[in-house]
Amino acid sequence: MDILLWGVLPYVMMVVLVGGLIWRYRYDQFGWTTRSSQLYESKLLRIGSPVFHFGLLAVIAGHFFGLVIPMSWTKAVGMSQEFYHFNALFVGSVAGVGTLGGILLLIYRRRTTGPVFMATTRNDKLMYVVLTAAIVFGLWTTLASVFLGGEGHNYRETVSPWFRSLFIFQPDIAAMATAPFAFHLHTLVGMLLFTIWPFTRLVHAFTAPLHYLFRPYIVYRSRDKGRIAGRVVAAPVRRGWSAVGTRDRDTRNK
Amino acid sequence: MRVMAQMGMVMNLDKCIGCHTCSVTCKQAWTNRAGTEYVWFNNVETRPGQGYPRRYEDQEKWQGGWALNKRGKLVLKAGGRVSKMLGLFASPVQPELKDYYEPWTYDYKTLIDAPLGDDFPVARPKSLITGKDTKITWSANWDDDLGGSPEMGHLDPIIEKLRRESEDTIKLEFEKTFMFYLPRICEHCLNPSCMASCPSGAIYKRVEDGIVLVDQDKCRGWRQCVTGCPYKKMYFNHKTGKAEKCTFCYPRIEVGLPTVCSETCVGRLRYLGLFLYDADKVTEAASVTDPQELYDAQMDVLLDPHDPAVMAAARAQGIQDDWIDAAQRSPVYALAKVYKVALPLHPEYRTMPMVWYVPPLSPVVDLLKEQGHDAEDYGNLFGAIDALRIPVEYLAELFTAGDADRVTAVLKKLAAMRSYMRGISLGNDPDDAIPAAVGMEGQEMYEMYRLMAIAKYEERYVIPQAHMEQAHDLEEMGCSLDFDGGPGMQDSPFGEASGKPVPVAIETFNALRDRQTSDSVAGEQSLRGRVNLLNWDGNGAPQGLFPEKRDEPQMSADSPAHGGGRAGPSPDAAGPSASSSGASGNPADNAPGAIAREE
Ligand code: HEM
Ligand code: SF4
Ligand code: SF4
Repeated sequence: MDILLWGVLPYVMMVVLVGGLIWRYRYDQFGWTTRSSQLYESKLLRIGSPVFHFGLLAVIAGHFFGLVIPMSWTKAVGMSQEFYHFNALFVGSVAGVGTLGGILLLIYRRRTTGPVFMATTRNDKLMYVVLTAAIVFGLWTTLASVFLGGEGHNYRETVSPWFRSLFIFQPDIAAMATAPFAFHLHTLVGMLLFTIWPFTRLVHAFTAPLHYLFRPYIVYRSRDKGRIAGRVVAAPVRRGWSAVGTRDRDTRNK
Repeated sequence: MRVMAQMGMVMNLDKCIGCHTCSVTCKQAWTNRAGTEYVWFNNVETRPGQGYPRRYEDQEKWQGGWALNKRGKLVLKAGGRVSKMLGLFASPVQPELKDYYEPWTYDYKTLIDAPLGDDFPVARPKSLITGKDTKITWSANWDDDLGGSPEMGHLDPIIEKLRRESEDTIKLEFEKTFMFYLPRICEHCLNPSCMASCPSGAIYKRVEDGIVLVDQDKCRGWRQCVTGCPYKKMYFNHKTGKAEKCTFCYPRIEVGLPTVCSETCVGRLRYLGLFLYDADKVTEAASVTDPQELYDAQMDVLLDPHDPAVMAAARAQGIQDDWIDAAQRSPVYALAKVYKVALPLHPEYRTMPMVWYVPPLSPVVDLLKEQGHDAEDYGNLFGAIDALRIPVEYLAELFTAGDADRVTAVLKKLAAMRSYMRGISLGNDPDDAIPAAVGMEGQEMYEMYRLMAIAKYEERYVIPQAHMEQAHDLEEMGCSLDFDGGPGMQDSPFGEASGKPVPVAIETFNALRDRQTSDSVAGEQSLRGRVNLLNWDGNGAPQGLFPEKRDEPQMSADSPAHGGGRAGPSPDAAGPSASSSGASGNPADNAPGAIAREE
């Protein structure tokens, strides 16, 4: 059972996640959108969505710290266990509660604003259930890591080594198996979330438009694949945009 | 010099009778779909008036277009790249449906289905957003013909500004009302702020003809373009979650046909043709400090297609000879740069708009006539233009960033042309003093008259065809090969708005064919549960016309035409794909004949 849960399932999830994303990216560019509902309702969204998303970004950063960076490293830079835990609890709870509050507000908005509710698909509903569950159980683990059994559970000796071991294909199943139930539950729900991810609107997170910071403001495209503004170019240009090299646009916006 | 070609349009506002034919035909062609009910790529607004969406010109509120920062550099008014990214989670400035209007239809069926009785049956308005009864309180042209202007006149941002600047005069003079129509489409700007705002880089300008389009595959629905466009001509399709805009009817332009709005214009007031412009100069021109000089800067960017140096450079850039020839015969170039009677709309937004307007002389003429003067006499007209400060200043706020002299000069040219031609048609000798008074030659004025008053179809629309060697890539046509026979039934697990976008023309074609060849409710077979409003003839309510109702039986469920019909995939039913979770479950989901299942 442990082998199945902590040795096989993570890889199944990865395959579905990566495969699903690739498949959807190739097949369903048109459906790849935030499906914004701001046109219907703006007031609550303007509060809920930033609180949720910024909280979530902090949570993701927290996961990175907790799971990826080994305890020995933080020790090496002189960070005491107590200090780490205080941080994790404090920052983690603020971020977690923000995320939870944000998503509850968003769900409340979805349910009570007529047009927004009507634009909510079954797919969305499933996603909300899983996502909220992941967040709630996540908060539980945060608490568990501090208060469980008196002095808390140090997941950096159980979950984290397992997590890192996944990437070298030698899953440390034993370590994970000893983690308390709260962690097991959160991890499972998390894996479920990543499994359905490619098939929900959550895909928008993978196309966060970071390249906006670097691209030229004005985008030209040529109808003709082999030609950009009269210059014959060797490599076929995708039916996409290309800088045509106008002096003011491409040089100025560096 | 980097010569590029740009399709442009000129509208002669004196001829607009406000019939909205352009809006309607454009809607039939492009935005007759669920998700774009509220969208008008072409709309005609009465000025003074609030416009559509309401008060879109108030850029302090809407933050559209460009502005100069303290160092004189051109920046998006809504903020730089970083601040835009931070505002991505909930767009800080975003029009809501109520700023446009809540689209509606009527339940026409009651008109024919109502039992015999004393009362006249009434078709009630139904919201196309919620499907519920609705009260109509606004629309795209609610204040048409100055409707409601005593109460709402002050809501026009331009009137507001003029009033602020000279409190009392306007209150007095505004009593002498004036009015004209302003048809608006996307400006296909040379320096489009919609494009600059798009985080995904999905909006692009075509190198060949300057048409600005949205890549439906690349758009991710961040909606920054809606904020970015100062003319609010970027729209969010709330069904597909993607931005859409006027396409300049590129599939028609590519084969040399005028846009739908031009072709169907009753007043024949639209002109289409090419500009050649220097793409290297655009940013510089859009950055001049004084907004009133933007017009001149924009003029300088437009190149003279007869200039041998320009022609050589154009050829070097790969522009074909027939396109250069078309640029030389271009009516829009003639009106904008040779005769200088066409002006850009709101140059102060710094987007370098490429749809131009000949300002209307009619407010002046009407007022003269009303007061019993000879409205053909150029002396009278000139005097009136100078005296009627309000209409002129209003036009100046629209077309020249407030430079009244420039508008006056254009109006005087039009006035002179009017008197000059009246003289000629009365059989008098042409009075060359009249053109001279506005700095023109008699012959030149006559030619301008010809172009503005009697130009034939081929002279109004000079559209070179796209070259065949590019044909494989003409987007809409290229697609249509893939869509031989139409979109078919390729359902995707993510519902209607996923997979490959169906070209609008194909969708509309299929919808029409359906309607003409079947007796059942339109849209059942081929539209994948999506509604094309065009094919709805009041025969029941097709699936998906209204969003699924949860608590009451679907209105259409009892329609005779609908009974027993198969329920198409519901408009938003993107059920979890079977592969994604074991929990797909309920067999009733797939049962044939399941009509609008309750959740
Ligand atoms: C970092 C990149 C991300 C960006 C730029 C982003 C942006 C957005 C935007 C623009 C919306 C649409 C809001 C609206 O107008 O209705 C949205 C909705 C949403 N996003 Fe994100 N998102 C990101 C990451 C994520 C992640 C990682 C998750 C979840 C794990 C997530 C979950 C959601 C959910 C659940 C909604 C729907 C909210 C609602 O309308 O109820 N997002 N996001
Ligand atoms: S008018 Fe058209 S091209 Fe110009 S900014 Fe708006 S949408 Fe873009
Ligand atoms: S050019 Fe075509 S798409 Fe644009 S407003 Fe006119 S008819 Fe509509």
